[in-house]
Amino acid sequence: MLSSNIKGVSNGFPLKIEVEKVVEKQVEINHDFLRNIFQKIDWKAFFDASKVMGFAELPEQAPDPSVLESDLEFLRKFHHALLELHLEEGALVCPETGRKFPVNKGIPNMLLHEDEV
Amino acid sequence: MSSRPELQAPPEIFYDDTEARKYTSSSRIAAIQTELSERALELLALPDDGVPRLLLDIGCGSGLSGETITESGHQWIGLDISHSMLNVALENEVEGDLLLGDMGQGLALRPGVIDGAISISAVQWLCNADKSSHEPRLRLKAFFGSLYRCLARGARAVLQVYPENLAQRELILSYAMRSGFAGGVVVDYPHSTKKRKEYLVLTCGPPSLSTAVPSGKVEDGESCSDDESSGDEENQVICISDRHRPRKKQKINKKGKGREWVLRKKQQMRRKGNVVPPDTKYTARKRKARF
Ligand SMILES: C[S@@+](CC[C@H](N)C(=O)[O-])C[C@H]1O[C@@H](n2cnc3c(N)ncnc32)[C@H](O)[C@@H]1O
Repeated sequence: MLSSNIKGVSNGFPLKIEVEKVVEKQVEINHDFLRNIFQKIDWKAFFDASKVMGFAELPEQAPDPSVLESDLEFLRKFHHALLELHLEEGALVCPETGRKFPVNKGIPNMLLHEDEV
Repeated sequence: MSSRPELQAPPEIFYDDTEARKYTSSSRIAAIQTELSERALELLALPDDGVPRLLLDIGCGSGLSGETITESGHQWIGLDISHSMLNVALENEVEGDLLLGDMGQGLALRPGVIDGAISISAVQWLCNADKSSHEPRLRLKAFFGSLYRCLARGARAVLQVYPENLAQRELILSYAMRSGFAGGVVVDYPHSTKKRKEYLVLTCGPPSLSTAVPSGKVEDGESCSDDESSGDEENQVICISDRHRPRKKQKINKKGKGREWVLRKKQQMRRKGNVVPPDTKYTARKRKARF
């Protein structure tokens, strides 16, 4: 679910995360996928998101893409934060307006009220 | 299909718990949706390099189309407006990340992050005004604009749609073109009322080799080559690679939209609360060449 947290934007990015419950799921690691998505990640947002979800083992500064080839340990952590941590209950908060998008059963509710469209 | 679900209720109401379950447990529906999804993925023409991509499934429902994405080895984010459909997706433990949202309000995704998008049997819903605040044109614009932005340059979107009529198809296509997409419509089995299926194949970014629209499937024995009776308006591929073309086409059509179209437009305006003259036998009657 983290990928949608990272990418979910309403009229501001990144959305802040309010955590009530995080679940972990095991996902098979795939290097090609990680390599492809790495370049699209906003590292700061990703780092912060992982931290609030209770995973603080990522480097604060965006690492050089070459670590994807050389550092298996990093790859494992990146994979874990990206694909195995899921925000089950909580909210995503728009940094600009403070508007909260509730997350229930792992599904963020991004529906806008009529006056927000 | 007795009547179009689109005409019965807004999607989030139509696809309630009962309908979501009925929809997902029907093996007939599952077979059709799977076939449509497989074809959409084929038209998406992702590079055949074994790299799993991040795809978007718009109107993912209970995940029938998403399962096809998973089977082809890609990751996906699914968006749907129906809570009940997404709940069934959760029950079925689909692999995709689910979002509750309305495509007509625009997709809340960061620019350039999606490698490809599919949508199976969903986008035609945008042509309805289900609430007084709904303006189909604005919703189509918000949808295609945000879709264009969230796709990586050169990425494709393949949208299988059931437009109610020619006007709806034109409307959808024209908003896609206005948002900057190149592409056109691929029609599979154009001569069969039952099997006929339409796919909008859109490419993000400047036209290139990859924006050429592939050709549609035809029934065995039917030929799709040049010797096919031409002049028939049911082409397999309506290719519009230049985004000014639909507008020109619209102008030509202006004269002959017909009574049905006018009546529908008037009904639409009435629904919006506008004052509209009553329908009479004179409505949209052809004028004499000189009067
Ligand atoms: C016929 S179902 C197809 C579901 C799925 N793609 C499949 O192949 O089984 C159409 C779906 O589109 C969704 N839908 C309709 N309008 C929508 C909108 N404005 N935003 C998001 N989803 C919408 C409906 O809730 C429904 O789940």
